[in-house]
Amino acid sequence: MATPSRRTTGTAARAGRAVAARAQAAATPAARIEVRKTYKLYIGGAFPRTESGRSYLISGVDGSELANACRASRKDLRDAVRAARSAFPGWAGKTAMNRGQVLYRVAELMEGRRDQFVAEVAAAEGLHEPAARTAVDRAIDRWVWYAGWADKIGQVLGSSNPVAAPYFNFTIPEPTGVVGVVAPETSSLLGLVSRLAPPLVTGNAVVVVASETRPLPAVTLAEVLATSDVPGGVVNILTGRRAELVPVLAGHSDVDALDTWGVPDGQRKDTELIAADSVKRVLRRPTTVAEARFDWLDDRAAERPEWIAAFLEMKTVWHPIGV
Amino acid sequence: MTTEIDKRLVPAADRAPNSWGLGDGAAIPWEYAPAPEARDIVTIKERYGLFIGGREVQASDGETFATIDPSTELPLARVARATSVDIDKAVRAARRAQRRSWGTLAGNERAKYLFRIARILQERSREFAVLESMDSGKPIRESRDVDVPLAAAHFWYYAGWADKLDYAFPGRIARPLGVAAQIIPWNFPLLMLAWKIAPALAAGNTVVLKPASTTPLSALLFADVCVQADLPPGVVNIVPGPGEVGMSLVTHPGVDKVAFTGSTEIGKKIQRGIAGTDKALTLELGGKAANIVFDDAALDQAVEGIVNGIYFNQGEVCCAGSRLLAQESIVEPLIEKLKDRLATIRVGDPLDKNTDVGAINSKQQLERITELVASGVAEGAELYQPPCDLPERGYYFRPTLFTNVAQSHRIANEEIFGPVLSVLTFRTPDEAVEKANNTAYGLSAGVWTEKGSRILEMASRLKAGVVWANTFNRFDPTSPFGGYKESGFGREGGMHGLHAYVRLEDR
Repeated sequence: MATPSRRTTGTAARAGRAVAARAQAAATPAARIEVRKTYKLYIGGAFPRTESGRSYLISGVDGSELANACRASRKDLRDAVRAARSAFPGWAGKTAMNRGQVLYRVAELMEGRRDQFVAEVAAAEGLHEPAARTAVDRAIDRWVWYAGWADKIGQVLGSSNPVAAPYFNFTIPEPTGVVGVVAPETSSLLGLVSRLAPPLVTGNAVVVVASETRPLPAVTLAEVLATSDVPGGVVNILTGRRAELVPVLAGHSDVDALDTWGVPDGQRKDTELIAADSVKRVLRRPTTVAEARFDWLDDRAAERPEWIAAFLEMKTVWHPIGV
Repeated sequence: MTTEIDKRLVPAADRAPNSWGLGDGAAIPWEYAPAPEARDIVTIKERYGLFIGGREVQASDGETFATIDPSTELPLARVARATSVDIDKAVRAARRAQRRSWGTLAGNERAKYLFRIARILQERSREFAVLESMDSGKPIRESRDVDVPLAAAHFWYYAGWADKLDYAFPGRIARPLGVAAQIIPWNFPLLMLAWKIAPALAAGNTVVLKPASTTPLSALLFADVCVQADLPPGVVNIVPGPGEVGMSLVTHPGVDKVAFTGSTEIGKKIQRGIAGTDKALTLELGGKAANIVFDDAALDQAVEGIVNGIYFNQGEVCCAGSRLLAQESIVEPLIEKLKDRLATIRVGDPLDKNTDVGAINSKQQLERITELVASGVAEGAELYQPPCDLPERGYYFRPTLFTNVAQSHRIANEEIFGPVLSVLTFRTPDEAVEKANNTAYGLSAGVWTEKGSRILEMASRLKAGVVWANTFNRFDPTSPFGGYKESGFGREGGMHGLHAYVRLEDR
């Protein structure tokens, strides 16, 4: 990774401790040289740098330089898909209650790192602290909301079907498999959590392309996921250029479904054209909804069981009844 | 779907090999006399128009195409071929009807129209069955006992949903999507029409439906049912034609929803066709189902299920059990029983009530089956076909069984859509799962075992939208149907089938 900027405006990692650090700096004659954080990718439960050795500079909305982020390559993306595919059976095979507890634990761990997230979201999105705090709190609550669905969605969406013949017939939802999530560009954490949790809760494994311009909170979320009980490979998070990564994600034949919420409008049609080559399930943001305008704080709009259902396959089983 | 085919009167051991009463020296003491279904119940017109805005109209350029009877290769009628001008008219008619009549009609009133349609289909069932068999080549026994009753049952089932949508989606308000473009295949023409139209109409959508170009007649007769039911004009529009007509329908900007049943290849084209739009899409595509028989299965029942799984409707079924996975320890007796059973299958006139396997739908399809079977032989699989006389005219293909099939063979990978079964073997349940799932498709699967826990384990590990355990090829309007992977997405049938035709809003 290239040497970070020497400007004193600081990294997002620093921002988490910025308030305390400034207080300390004012109180003591020689300010402590802080330990900066390296923002890496999250693939298969590990934090590798991109194999390409590339990075790109992340700036805050005010133009201040925050950090260098990895500019993931196509190879990184393929590695992430492979990690997701191998993690999928284990995650899908856990009991629904267990998955619910694991996701709830993500909320627990985020709660403990609220200040860090608040500082990073504030820096990334140019929000004042109260607004950033609201977004972080809501992101935590969103995990709780989705975690609770784990052992209920099957009852809401499944059915036993009264066929007109002596058969027992039932329909159950199953996770689709590997889901690619192109995270919202604007809402770096709350938007990301709102897209990540729905496919995850039912047992899908996910490859996320984080916000291109605001990726740092996503990397910190990866650190939370790594220390929670989400098995390695179940969530993989890449930072980098969408124009470079999204076509590879959409065209990868081992990716079963795609959430294109964060795909820029101009790239959307091409992405869907590529996805059709392997009959991917595509969850699209309606063209009438502007990405940047969507209100992730509106629970009615942003917490939707339909987004869980978009990454489920309905399986129907027949068996004769008789002696 | 029942194939209650005759119980043989004479034990297998007492019969001359592969003899079913046609050759001399046969031990079976009887032959089947012809049992033709009367055709006079159907009046086939010389020419059929398009059905747009509640009226029969000719194509804007006056073009027509012939639809033939595949059992005789003789033309049945000429049918108007829709142009893009006609598609535009049909979509506009559907839009008008959606805005002015159907979309504003109370759910309980929509329900009554759909009940009417179901009743009329029941009343005219024999007419539909005969016409369907003539136009498609399927045996009258199947069109009469399966296609038509199930089509009526679909309308009946979804009729009841029309005024109960609030209960299907708790916490949400279900709104119609608008105009649905629906494209259906030639293997179950009327039944696929019912699968498409019934849920769409129940949810308040209007439709433009394109039947397959080789089987347009039952859809055009259905237009008559709509008229008879006094369905408001424009609610159902029918536009026959070849694939290009379908693409111009799918890409028409006035369409809100696209539903397609057909090949995976065309399904991908359709998915590309709607890229970048807000059109909703469901696809029901090809399959290469594994029918897995464990060593503890009830073999005689399994044999019936295997036969029903692959030879039903000449094997022209997307969910056909075209790969038999037999556990090694029972391969030999199973194959022996299968060959025995194949010898009793009657191939011939679709309108004969004794026929089990009718005519292949088209010359093109017959050529595809022939080519794939030749590839199986060329690649080293062992071919078995029971001796049977095929009619001199018409598109017929003998029930075919391949043994010694490797997973790499084309016949084990490609959807043949014909009466061709490939037998593969396995030793362990893991291997069975591995082989069954080793395909880009994922529509259906079968499991035969007497062990309940194994059924549930296999059912959960098979990547298929429908798993038939100790049965095969059963369908019901209440039972969701659709695929995993490249067999498509979305479900038809049941409450889940409604989802494809609604937009959910907050309460």
